[in-house]
Amino acid sequence: MKNLEELRKLREKAQKEIQLRSKDARIKVVVGMGTSGIAAGAREVLKTFINEINQKNLTDVIVTQTGEKGMSSMEPIVEIHEEKKPVIVYGDMNPSKVKKVVEEHIVNGKAVDDYLISMEEK
Amino acid sequence: MAHRMNVLVCSGASCISNNSLKVKEALLAEIERLDLKREIKVIETGCMGPCQLGPVLLVYPDETLYKKVQVADVREIVEQHFLKGRPVERLMYKSPLTDELVHKSRDVDYFKKQYKIVLANCGSIDPESLDEYIAVGGYEALGKALTEMNPDSVLDEIKISGLRGRGGGGFPTHLKWMFTKNEKSKEKYVICNADEGDPGAFMDRSVIEGDPHTLIEGMAIAGYVVGASKGYIYVRAEYPLAIERLEKAIAQAKETGFLGENIFQTDFSFDLEVRVGAGAFVCGEETALIHSIEGKRGTPRPRPPYPSASGVWGKPTVLNNVETYANVRHIILNGGAWMAKIGTETSKGTKVFALSGTIKNTGLAEVPMGTTIRELIYDIGGGAPEGHEIKAVQLGGPSGGCVTPEYFDTPIDYESLTALGAMMGSGGVIAMDETACMVNTAKFFLDFTCFESCGKCVPCRVGLKQMYGILDKITKGEGEEEDIEALETLGKTIKATALCGLGQTAPNPVLSTIKFFRHEYEEHIFEKKCRALVCKDLISYEINKDACKACTLCAQKCPVDAIKGERGVVHEIQQEKCISCGNCYDVCPFGAVMRLSGEN
Amino acid sequence: MKRKEILRKYEARPDNLLYILHDIQDASPYNYVTEEDMEEIADFLDLPYSKVYGTATFYSMISQKPRGKHVIRLCDSPPCHLMGSESILDLLRDELGIDVGQTTPDMLFTLEITSCLGVCGVAPAMMIDEEVYGNLNPKKLRKIIKDYREGII
Repeated sequence: MKNLEELRKLREKAQKEIQLRSKDARIKVVVGMGTSGIAAGAREVLKTFINEINQKNLTDVIVTQTGEKGMSSMEPIVEIHEEKKPVIVYGDMNPSKVKKVVEEHIVNGKAVDDYLISMEEK
Repeated sequence: MAHRMNVLVCSGASCISNNSLKVKEALLAEIERLDLKREIKVIETGCMGPCQLGPVLLVYPDETLYKKVQVADVREIVEQHFLKGRPVERLMYKSPLTDELVHKSRDVDYFKKQYKIVLANCGSIDPESLDEYIAVGGYEALGKALTEMNPDSVLDEIKISGLRGRGGGGFPTHLKWMFTKNEKSKEKYVICNADEGDPGAFMDRSVIEGDPHTLIEGMAIAGYVVGASKGYIYVRAEYPLAIERLEKAIAQAKETGFLGENIFQTDFSFDLEVRVGAGAFVCGEETALIHSIEGKRGTPRPRPPYPSASGVWGKPTVLNNVETYANVRHIILNGGAWMAKIGTETSKGTKVFALSGTIKNTGLAEVPMGTTIRELIYDIGGGAPEGHEIKAVQLGGPSGGCVTPEYFDTPIDYESLTALGAMMGSGGVIAMDETACMVNTAKFFLDFTCFESCGKCVPCRVGLKQMYGILDKITKGEGEEEDIEALETLGKTIKATALCGLGQTAPNPVLSTIKFFRHEYEEHIFEKKCRALVCKDLISYEINKDACKACTLCAQKCPVDAIKGERGVVHEIQQEKCISCGNCYDVCPFGAVMRLSGEN
Repeated sequence: MKRKEILRKYEARPDNLLYILHDIQDASPYNYVTEEDMEEIADFLDLPYSKVYGTATFYSMISQKPRGKHVIRLCDSPPCHLMGSESILDLLRDELGIDVGQTTPDMLFTLEITSCLGVCGVAPAMMIDEEVYGNLNPKKLRKIIKDYREGII
């Protein structure tokens, strides 16, 4: 890293890269993987997402992680990011709920109301 | 001219099938009619997701989410909300989990009063990706400090910001840095205290796990100011995930050149190392922590000399906690004056609180200083669960004190909390309702500090044990009149004479519960009564003859055969045999077993 | 022998003592450090044995007694206490047939109490080795213990 200019160039590039359009992904699933999330079962949730997505051969979905948002009582928390749409946040997730989200939201495009805690504009 | 309001109309296939385009036309017509066209912009969007709620409208900047909007509703929305600023509640989205109105789409009420500086990236970027951190402006503060500022001007910004230590004491950060900077020594150190041991506090863990680079950047800037080239982050071993993420982040920063030699091609070199504790609460005290980094027993030593003069390896050392360092990059990027605008006269910026105990929404909340305790525990925390009432909150963990509802309107800052007999501490907020016995709670905290006392000084080692003994006696129904006074005398003496912060603050939970809940102590002592029905020795069990169905379940579960009666014959507890274990109370399907205290 | 390999990873600096103790303990099948371990560390770091022993005994996570394959640390902080850690402890005692500080005869579990795991938002909580489990209730607890017993986890 030489100077601020180089850093800013890197930033522009990074910003583009974390946006969905530069990748093949249609949907990004973000699982809260802080200790609270993990203690509440986030690892199972993440695993189920990956399994379900692989099983259904959904090549345009990526699964990533983030830290804690702070809402411990709603853990495990999962966000669904889709281009040009508000971010859908699901709370209190478990493997069977994940299956439903993959089936109804990711495949059929309908958010699962019952698990919703919020929608956020990016 | 910019619009003051944006209305997003969902035009996904499902909403269209529910008439969303007609709704949009009606909106435009109504906006035209009221001449709001220049102020309000209507935007068609793709599917927002919750199709069962369609047609859906999302209104900015309020972030109001309307569901199932029909053409007939449009006029009311435009007139009431867009014109008069009163959102139409009957059309607003309700959270299925809480059944409460969701006023902002961004979240339930949980985030409304929050102001995120320290936690801004937590939960929104991938903590293991340096690219994502750079994408949100990561390491620009370090670059700016190194290439466009000098140590004095950086220190000035910290001073202007009014930043104070977030780990407990609230010592002005710029002074700590200045003292270390002014020491003449070739070797200096920067240490981060991430030994977050206070029960009820977990914000430091969340920051490290969710945004480790922010900490690294803050420490590097501190190193630049004080002239240190080496830093340690002391993390408790109970946080394996935090350690893992931090080590990964340090490796990334070294690889990319944010740590190491000649950072940003300047003369400044800085390296970081993680040090892991091994389960000792006292290591949160700065001199104990330094001993532990050196590989020794984590016992404190008297100050002065302060670490700024003689810290790790006897060299000048600046030592702050995670949350403090996490503020630094924002101050450099936005200027000290920006932070000085947030908060109260003496306390600037935000503070992260960890809400736990009997409260609906547990978790982390970052609020501007000056937010009241009430806003924190009711507006954000959601208050006690249904049917309960919060009777006190413990602020500042085992070093802090409790605060009762009549003081809930106190604005939170360092001074106001200390005046109440509590303290900011690390920001742990433990809510307690009527099911908590305050004497027992105080005893519990003291049990903790007794166990964690390192044993080096007499007041803490022996004095706390004495206090614990008295509390134990009171909770067992053996308390005597002079016990309260003895507790107060002991407590004050220990506060005045203990060697380090652990002992000096350990009596606080006892003293503050005596101050606010003296009646509970007196009930335990004089009436042998525990109103919260917590202290086992003060509880007796009786069977309500009218409710008992003589099913024998309680008699089967009684470990000492204290329950008389058989099928068809109403049961009775023989008090002389009963050990108050509570099994009968737990198993009775008819609620016929009564818990009593102080009634004889 | 493992001990030598572990020591070789470190520079002989006194501040590496805690790291070495952790590492040696983790490598031990019974999760503890022996007298010989401490003697050899003392030689390696050129410290008096008393210093090494003093440090090792000061920290609650370093054990001088053999422990089970899995160390269960139940959080007994005030938030967990308020949320029912006591009944979880009773259940653990029942389920494992041991008290706090003891190890099951099959050397599978050691039960310990810890002051705060820092996951107060999902209390009551416990940590088994390096994994944290929150929002515990009897059903969940039994399942976790069962999974460890059967080697699933």
